[in-house]
Amino acid sequence: MAKKMHDTPNLDQLEPGPWPSFVTGLKDLAKDKNYVVDLLGQLEESYKTRKGYWKGGTVGVFGYGGGVIPRFTELKNEDGTAKFPDAAEFHTLRVMPPPGMHYDTATLRQFCDIWENHGSGLIAFHGQSGDIMFQGATTDNVQKAFDEINEMGFDLGGAGPAVRTSMSCVGAARCEQSCYDEAQTHRAVLNTFLDDIHRPSLPYKFKFKFSGCPNDCMNSVQRADMAVIGTWRDNIRTDEALAKKWFVKHGMDELVNDVVARCPTKTFQVKELKKIKSGEHISSVAVNDTHGIEINNQDCVRCMHCINVMTGALATGTDKGATVLVGGKSHLKIGGLMGTVVLPFIKLDTEENVEKLVDFAERTIEFFAENALEHERTGEMIERIGLANFLDAMEVDVDPAMVSSPRMNPYVRTDGWEDEVAKINAKKQAA
Amino acid sequence: MNQAVQAAAPAAKRKPKETGVPDNKKYLHPTLLKNYGNWKYHDRPRPGVLHHVAHGGDEVWSVRAGTARQMDVYTIRKLCDIADNFAEGRVRFTIRSNIEFIVSDEKKVAPLIAELETSGFPVGGTGNSVTMIAHTQGWLHCDIPGTDASGVVKSLMDELYDEFRREEMPNRVHLSTSCCEINCGGQADIAIIVQHTKPPVINHDLVANVCERPTVVARCPVAAIRPAMVNGKPSLEIDEAKCMCCGACYPPCPPMQINDPEYSKLAIWVGGKNSNARGKPTFMKMVASGLPNNAPRWPEVADAVKNILHVYKEDARPWERIADWIDRIGWPRFFEKTGLPFTKYLIDDWRGSRANLNASTHIRF
Repeated sequence: MAKKMHDTPNLDQLEPGPWPSFVTGLKDLAKDKNYVVDLLGQLEESYKTRKGYWKGGTVGVFGYGGGVIPRFTELKNEDGTAKFPDAAEFHTLRVMPPPGMHYDTATLRQFCDIWENHGSGLIAFHGQSGDIMFQGATTDNVQKAFDEINEMGFDLGGAGPAVRTSMSCVGAARCEQSCYDEAQTHRAVLNTFLDDIHRPSLPYKFKFKFSGCPNDCMNSVQRADMAVIGTWRDNIRTDEALAKKWFVKHGMDELVNDVVARCPTKTFQVKELKKIKSGEHISSVAVNDTHGIEINNQDCVRCMHCINVMTGALATGTDKGATVLVGGKSHLKIGGLMGTVVLPFIKLDTEENVEKLVDFAERTIEFFAENALEHERTGEMIERIGLANFLDAMEVDVDPAMVSSPRMNPYVRTDGWEDEVAKINAKKQAA
Repeated sequence: MNQAVQAAAPAAKRKPKETGVPDNKKYLHPTLLKNYGNWKYHDRPRPGVLHHVAHGGDEVWSVRAGTARQMDVYTIRKLCDIADNFAEGRVRFTIRSNIEFIVSDEKKVAPLIAELETSGFPVGGTGNSVTMIAHTQGWLHCDIPGTDASGVVKSLMDELYDEFRREEMPNRVHLSTSCCEINCGGQADIAIIVQHTKPPVINHDLVANVCERPTVVARCPVAAIRPAMVNGKPSLEIDEAKCMCCGACYPPCPPMQINDPEYSKLAIWVGGKNSNARGKPTFMKMVASGLPNNAPRWPEVADAVKNILHVYKEDARPWERIADWIDRIGWPRFFEKTGLPFTKYLIDDWRGSRANLNASTHIRF
């Protein structure tokens, strides 16, 4: 039995209602833990005053420089003692989950036992960077909890100016739209940078994210410094039985209005069967005895829409790989930036090919470490120096797939033009 | 033995096993492992259930349920009990903190759903539903929060409970909340983000001891901060005419308090989309601000979000995300239909902003 609960009239209002309540969860923990009684006391105070009361500090585990988010209370009595002394320290351990966030119940139960023993008993599945967040431990208990979690085969994630914990989608484990082995690639890349994850020393954070197809379920383009997004080069595959089954259920109106009309390049057409073309770049499939679909894959931008709507009837091609985009980030400091295409297509089907991505990632981070200003993300660095300079340093050839359009202003010195053309021609001849 | 020497000797410290990201193979449901990379298609037999079929004919059903994300160990153990007794002992979490129970026998689906809902875990969040809100830490754990996160989410998901459990939206709706302008909640179809409206209040007694002043000066996006001597102490001052109240100076310098119970407001943003489906990915746009930070249940924010969702649900065509829908109907009609005021603050004046102005006569009347 823990000490008496503080009155929490504000938090009490977050218990009713059908959605699971974190307040009810905290109150259950508070029955046995003074720690959580006082946590609720401080949180109630925040609800009353609409202010936060945690400050950072320096807490870590032996051997690492990051991965623990220290929190000390700032809610003090006049004599400087903590108003809620049992929750005066409330540190979080960031722990990297398996790719795709798969678990067996034995593992989850073991996490619970460790955290009930050494921490608050509150665990978040998962934080926005993808960590399991073991929330709330005293300074003394951080090391004990980490040692036991680490013995289970789990390791701390990133915090501060470091390579951060990554995320990958469910991917090949359960999704037909997967274009590479997301989990294997995720591990191959991240586990190359363990030193940069555990010992923060970069100009600022660096995030990788791995999505298996252009649906980008990991939201990588808007928030990853390096987004690895699955795609394919050959033709969309078709399955006549599933196409006909889809058509029976959905009909011509939906095929025309939901698929044809929504194809961004209008390469998806519905035609009478006898008018459907054949050819190296054409995918086609009958939807009934008179009509069928024709897709010219050279005009397809691999947006996924028709495949999403007609799953199974249409599918990604088999010459799969990924597009790599660099420089995505949120607002601070210069405004939100999407990642931009740096590698239009790479194969990731063999360990050697994955190793090429790892090598590219290593060179990118090396360049970032040497050239970014303090607190500058890759996207901001590239905006400052220009994409062409970044590509030059990365030894990546320019490609029109990297731009929305060529330059719209004449403010560029082009006296190296002939040399560049000669280089491109020489490369073409050598190929 | 010399006690003092013994006390000074460092205790044997355990070296971390720097194992990195663990392999997921041992955690995968056996049917997922067997058919890894070999799935053919999926469908959704009902909201909250995904049915995947492998090329070889194997099938799995994934039942998705909402959680509070911040969970106590009793709740997690309850989910484990359900996984052991009604599913097959393997679960996974989605990017939006939903839990998925994976079973290889269709007969297990209905009893699993019944047990989850009886135990208070809503089943849904698939396809064209309103799924769980991606969110941040807030007052519970963040060091710079303007508001709470879990409480906002609980309040809003109570109101959107039915939309989570149904698939009745034109397309999927992703929501996010962020308790400061750094926007850890991320891009979404509808996002709720703190918007400060007053410059930071500086505690000049503390700046010199707490803040690395050049770092703080460099952090300001509009160069509104400069070093100054205040009351004989080295401190910082703000050009309040330049300051746009983003709060970027607050994390490196906590004495520059940006959070205010009254003047830290909430803004609503719409139309973020990370998928490449149909159009290219889009960033979200601010459409409303000035909503009060009204803990514990933020009714004004809930009303604003529900209003936009309602108009979208009535007006959008199948497969239109909020961004696609607004592309079709245009911004004037979006503001007209939602009744939201279009103020001068919604005209972008940040770098690159001219690209957001209408340089055409394309206007819907």
